Amino acid sequence: MHLSREHEQTLNGEFGSGKQAAMELLVAIGKAFDAPNMIPIKRAHAASSGQEGDLYFVEILAKGGAHCKVITTTNPIADFDYFQKLINITDEHEEASVAWRTKNYYKQIGAVMSQSCIPYLAENIPEYGEHVAFSESSATPYVNSIIGGLTNRESIQTALAAGVIGETPEYGMHLKENRRGTALVKVETNLNDGFSYSLLGQYVGKKLGSGIPVFAGISKRPTIDQYINLCAMMNVTGAVPMFHIPSITVEAKTEQEAFGGNVPKDTIVVTDRELRETSQELQTTTGPVDTVILGCPHYNLDQMGELANLLKGRKIRSGLSFWVNTSATTKLLAERTGYVAMIEESGAHVITDTCIDMFCWNNLRGKTGMTDSPKCAYYRRFGPVKVGTVQECVAASA
Amino acid sequence: MKCHKLAKGFGEGEALVSKDPICFYLVEPKTGIVRERGHNLEGRSVAGKVLVFPSGKASSAVQMDGLVKLLLNKNAPSAMIVNDVEPVLVGSAVLTKIPLVDRLEKEPFESISTGDRVRVDADKGLVHVTKT
Repeated sequence: MHLSREHEQTLNGEFGSGKQAAMELLVAIGKAFDAPNMIPIKRAHAASSGQEGDLYFVEILAKGGAHCKVITTTNPIADFDYFQKLINITDEHEEASVAWRTKNYYKQIGAVMSQSCIPYLAENIPEYGEHVAFSESSATPYVNSIIGGLTNRESIQTALAAGVIGETPEYGMHLKENRRGTALVKVETNLNDGFSYSLLGQYVGKKLGSGIPVFAGISKRPTIDQYINLCAMMNVTGAVPMFHIPSITVEAKTEQEAFGGNVPKDTIVVTDRELRETSQELQTTTGPVDTVILGCPHYNLDQMGELANLLKGRKIRSGLSFWVNTSATTKLLAERTGYVAMIEESGAHVITDTCIDMFCWNNLRGKTGMTDSPKCAYYRRFGPVKVGTVQECVAASA
Repeated sequence: MKCHKLAKGFGEGEALVSKDPICFYLVEPKTGIVRERGHNLEGRSVAGKVLVFPSGKASSAVQMDGLVKLLLNKNAPSAMIVNDVEPVLVGSAVLTKIPLVDRLEKEPFESISTGDRVRVDADKGLVHVTKT
């Protein structure tokens, strides 16, 4: 791998032990993937989880004097201010302490505290053709496919390291030939709402494992929340850095262009039956629901509006807790649009800066949950969680 | 036999072969025992073993978290041999300083069995197997 004199100096620790650790990681990745050299990046997104693995590396960077060279946004961790009014944080002292310290190290190294898992919508928007380093498995395919930025399926650590050095090894999705489709997905069902795209993603990820699907049979341009659901759920059951919907997503106008000469390794057919079966598999429990959790990934403004209209004039039944997670930037607009008032009037909570895989949900352990997100159900920190449409979640809360 | 270094170092121990991909978040850190339901290694300990498996799985947050917790509890594997490479496992191995290799000269699932003594020298690009 070709490294410049500055790279070698960084590896020798001449710019501090933090940058040294970042450079070591990037070079190891580069060599593992036969990258010929490093390339500059414009921006990074670190999928900060606020858990031990995350703390381990960001602490090394912070204590080693490293600082972000390019804009490096962060994922949601926990809104401590909000939750300390609701729960006794000292009950969750160990995990809360890890999350708190992690957040502070991110601030220390100059990361942008976006605390959002949908940063490509507002806080950190790549351009078409821009090389970036975006972790958060639901964000990577959005950037590659819908925006046409170029990023590998980064880990928290490699994204952070790239943010600190301002470069990433030139391999994988940074090369045009690796961005071609590897499997054909024939969609023979109507995809009318956000939930149908969640089911599609869940099914395709499972059948594909890893690869770049090309979707045939989608004639209507998906909405943003449909894209978000597809990107997220394909990466719960599989490892999908990118996809094509020819003439809709940005890198292929035709199926031929999407495959670029590749012969598809698989053909996956999705009919009503596959979506129905996928939905049934997600009904892991029957009976009354104690808690509803929405917003994994974070709800965008449209989804907040849809929820507000569903909850308008309704009250959540006593004994049930109802939570919707979103980003701070989305909540601001949702407040100005009146959505937050409509949601909160029903008794539901609007939470920002928070991930569903966090200590602040631990007091829901043992309770039966419901969500519209298969990803949320996968990470559950509570009792059995069933998955349905947002309409069904609202109905279950009456 | 020759191999390709992904994460540097030297490790040796008893081989533990898994046909299922591994997510280290689903391994109990205090014991090193795999707790993932239905996994072919369920109930077995990875501590100090030379793990042979097809690939890692799941998101970086959990994979890195799993390996860090194992490392801090002194239950990490001594080395890892995989077939399919993805950056999440490579990054996690580099940061937790567990030697990781791929591209074995001979197919690892054919040349290594659970219980064999294996030495992995990632820096030299060599894996030595003593059949038991």
